[in-house]
Amino acid sequence: MDYQKQNISANDFEQCIKCTICTVYCPVAAVNINYPGPKQAGPDGERYRLKNPAFYDKALKYCLNCKRCEVSCPNNVKIGDIIQTARLRYDKSSPKLRDRILASTDFVGSMATKMAPIVNTMTALSPVKAGMDFFLAIDKHRQFPKYSGRTFVKWFKKEAPDQSVFKNQVTYYHGCYVNYNFPQLGKDVVKVLNAVGYGVNMLEKEKCCGVAKISNRLIDSAKKDAELNMASIRKAVKSGKGPVIGASSTCIFTMRDEYPHLLGVDNSDIRDDISMVIVFLYKLLEEGKIKLAFRPDFKMRIAYHTPCHMQKMGWAVYSKAMLKMIPGVDFIPLESMCCGIAGTYGFKKENYPYSQAIGQELFDAINAAKPDVVACDCETCKWQIEMSTPYPVMNPISIIADALDIEETKKLNSL
Amino acid sequence: MKFDTIIIGGGLSGLTAGIALQKKGIRTAIISSGQSAVHFSSGSFSLLSHVNGEAVANPLEAMKSLPAEHPYSRIGADKCAELAKSVPAFMAEAGLSYTGSADCNAWRLTPIGLFKPSWLHSVETAVAPCPDPKAWGKTVICRLKGFLDFYPGFLEDNLKKAGADVHTAVITTEHLDAMRRNNTEMRAPNIARIMRGAELHAFARAIKEAAGDAKTVIIPAVIGLDSEKPVEELRAMLPGIQLMAIATNPASVPGMRTQMMLRRHFENLGGTYFLGDNVTDGTVKDNRLESVRTANLGDDRMEAKTYILATGSFFSRGVVAAPDRIFEPVLGLDVDAPADRNAWFDKNLFAEQPYMSYGVHTDADARVSIAGKVLENVYAIGAVTGGCNALKDGCGAGVAILSALNVANKIS
Repeated sequence: MDYQKQNISANDFEQCIKCTICTVYCPVAAVNINYPGPKQAGPDGERYRLKNPAFYDKALKYCLNCKRCEVSCPNNVKIGDIIQTARLRYDKSSPKLRDRILASTDFVGSMATKMAPIVNTMTALSPVKAGMDFFLAIDKHRQFPKYSGRTFVKWFKKEAPDQSVFKNQVTYYHGCYVNYNFPQLGKDVVKVLNAVGYGVNMLEKEKCCGVAKISNRLIDSAKKDAELNMASIRKAVKSGKGPVIGASSTCIFTMRDEYPHLLGVDNSDIRDDISMVIVFLYKLLEEGKIKLAFRPDFKMRIAYHTPCHMQKMGWAVYSKAMLKMIPGVDFIPLESMCCGIAGTYGFKKENYPYSQAIGQELFDAINAAKPDVVACDCETCKWQIEMSTPYPVMNPISIIADALDIEETKKLNSL
Repeated sequence: MKFDTIIIGGGLSGLTAGIALQKKGIRTAIISSGQSAVHFSSGSFSLLSHVNGEAVANPLEAMKSLPAEHPYSRIGADKCAELAKSVPAFMAEAGLSYTGSADCNAWRLTPIGLFKPSWLHSVETAVAPCPDPKAWGKTVICRLKGFLDFYPGFLEDNLKKAGADVHTAVITTEHLDAMRRNNTEMRAPNIARIMRGAELHAFARAIKEAAGDAKTVIIPAVIGLDSEKPVEELRAMLPGIQLMAIATNPASVPGMRTQMMLRRHFENLGGTYFLGDNVTDGTVKDNRLESVRTANLGDDRMEAKTYILATGSFFSRGVVAAPDRIFEPVLGLDVDAPADRNAWFDKNLFAEQPYMSYGVHTDADARVSIAGKVLENVYAIGAVTGGCNALKDGCGAGVAILSALNVANKIS
């Protein structure tokens, strides 16, 4: 009687009961008439593709991989994974030059950092933007994130306080954005972790998590990076410097879930050791292992936006709880919905109007809330919200770093 | 992570319990594995529609004759009456105007044009005090061009059989026409998303033109996804016309609205809703559930003083049938179901199917058990408790809501 056990399909696709709930929660299907919607693109289309790969529909490229279909599915069908796997397996066209440039965050980042002032000025000029729009189909409405003159890693090696003095050690996965564009977030992570008695380590070798390469189908390169990251994380965990934590939800999500699901890179032995800084702090606080003291003069009206991959991981609850913990914070939870950018997706000319249409409801909600800042755990959401509303966006860790009374916190943690 | 109460299951029953508890200041978390069956709502809640195949006029009266194992009998008919009367006000607090009466069923028009006795009705639902459409006067059914989830042919035929003066008209707007290009995604919720402002006016104009001198217009329920306001606006644009709607499947607009607004109300009251997470196991010690583990929170176990199981019936996988047994998949609770597989079903598909009434075993206090031992701090509510054939008797929503309110009253 165990024939049912033998009858398991990839990504639970045979569990689909065709209820269409995924489609009604799909941000793309709501605005883009050319997208067949997750049920059709995922489990329904898969039945055809299994018969004949010619049934592959190029419109699957409109999927922004937010995974909101999976979050809403009552039967745990991995709809997003089915769609992304189909893109990787059946789309045989070679990725465009534009896609290769957008996806190569490490290469472009390390080059741009060396010439940051020039690159920043150039990418902000309208003739350059028009040129990129015309020749590369990178939408001219987009502002490229500014490159930092010095990488986070360089700062960490030369200027960060001595981390070996701390009894407890943890490893920080900074990601490309912190390294090349926004070292301040990395500095905030170090500041907060040090204040509660944790020394911060870097991975021996760190590559981009690969999300941009995966969504642009540069799969071999993504897999190589993934294997290198996993080897480094494994080493950190085995040597007692775990867990490996990050402050960017998509990087962490990609390494935990997309590696095994889309790249076939096994991480089962260390998946639980890959987490978010905010989750790490919350757990230590709840276990009574650390204490935080906040500045009495800190005041901020914060609207919290749940990034799609934070929603998928189910961890927005931690960010919300940590922010609400700060006295002086006027907290506004925004309805969880996609901002529309999805990393490199929203930079592409053909996606730009959809990207903005998807985000409109969120932008309206933010504008109505009139916050001092929008908090969210994802950098590309940050770009999108800052480009589309007048409000600045901060990572919850940076808000905590600002709100903390560092000296008092150190005392509370007997440092 | 610690709460006062953890509810497993975020559908009608779980949300009702969660709201009732938060109103008392009890810190509650709801863990929901994906979206719930409320998305398939007919637009009505039924309390008790049929007993032994006979239509029920007064549910509160008819309840008294139900068998002892029926959830209503176990709660007690008097208590049920008291709880049922509180429901419209309870829904109104969430911004949902469900109207109707627990001691007098009204008649909801079904998608194929029949009338079914039911209790409370969403703002747009087509409903009549008696199953006679003649009182509606000249009636026009508006079919949306290209929209596949609405069946005006059945509707018109059956209404005509009942003596109605009815015909069907096809309407469209520029925007609706554009949606037809992708007709697999031309779904009620996607239409409802665009139905506001100018588009709602265009829709109203199209209806008005089709209606002519008709007194009543029936449309598919494609208005008002996250509030009732667009329904009221549309009615205001059509003075002199009785505008009624029929919920469509899959994903009914009144159902989505109900789910969304109850969830928002729960969160506004301070509750925490975990969507898309699954409870994988629980730790039981001295006949008490100490904590549960979820797929997303992993080692950060969720702890509470009290737990409520609101995981639904077979459809929502609150109970699961394997070839050789029927079991409760989350905690491995005792289930009231015979071991003999042949007793589960009737070979006549249309006969009453015994398995429909199987569910977890509960004691007089609605508490569940494992291997015959009652778990002192775990209650079960809604369809997972079994004891009735909700489909046949039309008591699903009533059992979900009343059992939730009943258990919420026990928890302090």
